[in-house]
Amino acid sequence: MRIPLSWLREYAQVPAEAHAEDVMAELVKVGLEEEAVHRPMDQLQGPIVVGQVLSLVKEPQTNGKTINWCEVRVVPEGQRQALTGDGIDPSGVQGIVCGAHNFEVGDKVVVTLPGAVLPGDFRISPRKTYGHVSAGMIASVRELGIGEDHDGILVLGTLGLDPELGTDALELLGLYDEAAEINVTPDRGYCFSIRGVAREYAHATGTVFTDPADGVNVTAASGPGYPVQLQDEAPIYGKPGCGRFVARTVRGVDATAPTPTWMSSRLRLAGVRSISLAVDISNYVMWELGQPLHCYDADKLSGDIVVRRARSGEKLETLDGKVRALDAEDLLISDDSGGIGIAGVMGGAATEVSAGTTNVLIEAAHFDEVSIGRSRRRHKLPSEASKRFERGVDWQIADVAAQRVVDLLVELAGGTAETTVTDVGTKPAPIVIGLSGGYASARIGIDFTDQQIATALSDIGATLTPGAVQGTQSAVGNWYDVTVPSWRPDLETRDDLTEEIARLVGYDKIPATLPVAPPGRGLTRVQQQRRRLVQALADAGLTEVLAYPFAAKSDNEKFGTADADAPQQMIKLANPISEEQGYLRTSILPGLIEIARRNHSRGFRDLAVFEAGLVFLPDGGPLGTDHIPPLGIRPPEAVLDTLYDGLPEQPLHIGAVLTGKDSPLAAGHSARAWDYADALDLARLAGDVLGVEIVVSQGSHQAFHPGRTAALSLRSGELIGYAGELHPKLLAELDMPARSVALELDADKLFNEAPDVIVAKHLSTFPIATQDVALVVPAEVPAIQVLEALRSGAGELLEDVALFDDYRGPGLGEGKKSLAFGLRFRAPDRTLTAEEASAAREAAVAVAAERFGAVLRA
Amino acid sequence: MSENTETPGSPGITASAPDPTDDGAIGAAVEHAVAAFAAASTLDGLKAARLAHTGEKSPLSLANRGIGALAKEQKAAAGKLMGASRGRVNKALTARTAELEAQDAARILLEETVDVTAAPRRRRAGARHPLSTLQERVSDIFVGMGWEIAEGPELESEWFNFDALNFKPDHPAREMQDTFFVEPPQAHLVLRTHTSPVQVRSMLERELPIYVLCPGKVFRTDELDATHTPVFHQFEGLAIDRNLSMADLLGTLEHFTRQLFGDEAKVRLRPNYFPFTEPSAELDIWHPGAKGGARWIEWGGCGMVNANVLRAAGIDPEIYSGFAFGMGIERALMFRNEVGDMRDMIEGDVRFSEHFGMEI
Repeated sequence: MRIPLSWLREYAQVPAEAHAEDVMAELVKVGLEEEAVHRPMDQLQGPIVVGQVLSLVKEPQTNGKTINWCEVRVVPEGQRQALTGDGIDPSGVQGIVCGAHNFEVGDKVVVTLPGAVLPGDFRISPRKTYGHVSAGMIASVRELGIGEDHDGILVLGTLGLDPELGTDALELLGLYDEAAEINVTPDRGYCFSIRGVAREYAHATGTVFTDPADGVNVTAASGPGYPVQLQDEAPIYGKPGCGRFVARTVRGVDATAPTPTWMSSRLRLAGVRSISLAVDISNYVMWELGQPLHCYDADKLSGDIVVRRARSGEKLETLDGKVRALDAEDLLISDDSGGIGIAGVMGGAATEVSAGTTNVLIEAAHFDEVSIGRSRRRHKLPSEASKRFERGVDWQIADVAAQRVVDLLVELAGGTAETTVTDVGTKPAPIVIGLSGGYASARIGIDFTDQQIATALSDIGATLTPGAVQGTQSAVGNWYDVTVPSWRPDLETRDDLTEEIARLVGYDKIPATLPVAPPGRGLTRVQQQRRRLVQALADAGLTEVLAYPFAAKSDNEKFGTADADAPQQMIKLANPISEEQGYLRTSILPGLIEIARRNHSRGFRDLAVFEAGLVFLPDGGPLGTDHIPPLGIRPPEAVLDTLYDGLPEQPLHIGAVLTGKDSPLAAGHSARAWDYADALDLARLAGDVLGVEIVVSQGSHQAFHPGRTAALSLRSGELIGYAGELHPKLLAELDMPARSVALELDADKLFNEAPDVIVAKHLSTFPIATQDVALVVPAEVPAIQVLEALRSGAGELLEDVALFDDYRGPGLGEGKKSLAFGLRFRAPDRTLTAEEASAAREAAVAVAAERFGAVLRA
Repeated sequence: MSENTETPGSPGITASAPDPTDDGAIGAAVEHAVAAFAAASTLDGLKAARLAHTGEKSPLSLANRGIGALAKEQKAAAGKLMGASRGRVNKALTARTAELEAQDAARILLEETVDVTAAPRRRRAGARHPLSTLQERVSDIFVGMGWEIAEGPELESEWFNFDALNFKPDHPAREMQDTFFVEPPQAHLVLRTHTSPVQVRSMLERELPIYVLCPGKVFRTDELDATHTPVFHQFEGLAIDRNLSMADLLGTLEHFTRQLFGDEAKVRLRPNYFPFTEPSAELDIWHPGAKGGARWIEWGGCGMVNANVLRAAGIDPEIYSGFAFGMGIERALMFRNEVGDMRDMIEGDVRFSEHFGMEI
């Protein structure tokens, strides 16, 4: 909302020297946040004066153009020029070359004299051009920065202006004015008016506020005016779509009369384009009083105006020239011809005021917030009117605003007001809120005095009467029945009133006290586990990154499921930022790969990046619920359960991508290329730091190398992820370094598996007995299974067993490999004899032989 | 080196055996030996001198052997002379050996000298993302105050994200937060636009009183640019207790900001509007370390929990009141750590995280 200062000054005492910045600094104290300053003079500098074209010679040029060589008088007839400076003619007549042709001798125009500056740091000085010295410029609205009009020179007569020569054109055009732009929160509809902001300014500064509504004398009706019927057969939430409709008629207007500059300059500063006098007046009054208004060409109306819901299939061409299919919920202004406007949103084209209009019907209505909001969203038609209606307009202001439009039309367009008035609707009951002073004090932490409460509430326009105790407001203090002002439909509860008191007294008066929370339990186990896991990966040399959780469908299909043929559920965004990333991720890896590639393109090929983040895994069951419970009341448990259960699983996954070498280039050090075992090692590290054993088996995942992928499981057999080399074909497609490796696992499952209590192990101090065995087994038998066989066969004396060699080659036979294991035996209570250790080793080998046909290597 | 070292007392001097009773001759042999040891500059040279002067064919050994041939009355004196002489020689030898060994060890260490400035960096230095680190730091401050950390899903039911927070279905406030919706629309699921749904979940699930901090990822349909990102991080606080006031809110915020921005930090509240709080406030912090000098910085919103929000969680607003606040982590990183461009935080350029390392 932009507030021209000259306008604000009419209703609040703004110091003469105050600028927009000063006004905003005051308004922010009461909750209107500063947005911007609009000050034409930041880009303009005089002398810019009114001149009159004395002579005009058209001079065709060799380039095909014709220029006008003009003599322009810039001081009153008979006077000498008082200004001095390079290029300023003491005679008061300037010679100026002008390329535009929309003016003639005798026209009064705006002359920018040498020394002037126009927007864009355009400095005016005498210059030689087309064989003349052109000492100044005859300005267009565009050059002055006050419009986009390309028609050419601003001829003041077209604005109805006939000022004295030499008049300061900046003053004449209202360019010394400036506007403060503030952000109005959705609850404060009334601040979309000078009326509301002036009141707030008075709150902020303690100065006097004059209500612009008080300056309007509403004519007593001589009888009913244009017939209007309110026929809402389908109110939304039981509230009629139109609560009041005031109609006034002005006859015999000159619709082509120019908008006076005082009005157009304020509208321009307010950011409103000047269209025609009638439209400008309705916009002006809307800005001033907050009441949206609409002017109809009364001669284009046929029959009674009926405010009703649209019929399904009904169409209306709106002012913007678009034909709109209406919804049965749209509130429609209609006459015998059908729709003539979508209520509160946009008027119809057929009944619009045009240059030929002589009789105007003015509508000032009050519409239901919800109905207007829905129509606005449905038709994607945000307008200044709908903005105000949606946030709540003062029911009481409609007749005042209509009168103000009538008065301005009579004054500026020369019409005659009819004395009949249409005013239909039902006045809403005033809202009365019970409040105890003690409640407000307790909620804010200030002991408000009765005086503070009474002053604050009456300043906002509320009336207070001593009230009867209501409800169970626990705090003590005086009781008030507070009748809220008609322009504050946002005030509904004692808390709303408490805020009003606090902000008028000043939030800066609130003291600071520190409440003491009851003893907390610190981070939860899972929160600690997550921190430990993420920190361990960083400590292991990986760099944490955070990708967006948006993914392409194809990425989810590639990474989110091991089997390309298995159908995968995923969540589709209704309004994604980019259609390509139109889904929620089912895997961490696509985001990591994209980040890896970005780093590659920036010159970093050797990478180790990881992310811990949620993935979204719908299981095909029902998603969400169409039954959203109402606000302000705790839903029953069963309803809450449907809300909880309607969400897909969103487990925390950790993913890592390693590309290139494991360490930086350095003298005396050969960096090693990352390989599948690094990915696997990180997965094991994740298990280690949480105390969870990760069981590794040969895995298969479409995004990974078919022979170099580990499936990661819990001891229970539950699969939790994959680690290994990414598929070479995929890497080639993505232009990723060959042999890049990755891992992804479900961290929530790890957390869940972590033991609550770890039972200590007895440490034997008796000597170790070591035995090595080399076993020949079929090549396809996984080493870990042979190791498990040895472990189970060796019995309790086995302390540890490790694979230390995997040999394939001559002497073993086709399809065989030799695995060498070191076994370490120790007893808890004695030194083992060589015979005991050997017996245990033989028992171990026997199990391996039984399970896999393992034979001791000769 | 040792081979071409001069070895005094080389075998030539073993030509004759001195008389073991001849004090002078023996003394000369001792002096000769001691001088030879002292002259040896390497362990090899010393070994040669040792062989020459204490070996089987050395003058002193020969003289010692000559004792056997002496008359009985001469033997005792000669034995004493020889014993003392050989003792002197051995002592000199031991001392010189130690000296040369020490020299040798020192030389080897010197030879092993490396250029430590050229040492390779064998282990990668990993790094945390500063948004994560800052989020943990903020959480720790509140945990230190006895608060607990609450978390919730990122894809959330509209009821938790809006209705329970007193966003009326048709109120323009719903549009203050540009929301990501998911298909199908009748599922009424959204990517949470704030972490406030976690507040609602906390109120539904926890025992009163409640003091929780809700950090996490949130979503708005903003295009990525230098100051906007569709995915960002917030932390929201919620306290529900008997008789909480805005003064308690202010005190809590001040206590917190002083720990993150120093003792000079201050908090300022300005009236604002949020559907879920009433009264509501915008919160500015006085940042003493701000780039370009201490100043007020807009950081978030806060207020007293709206009675309708309490009711949605089944909490009686006649008995309990509460306050809530919410701030952005990205924004904090921008003004606290002088990150100039939001894109640096999300693009994953490893230089960004690695610059911060594990700290913030």
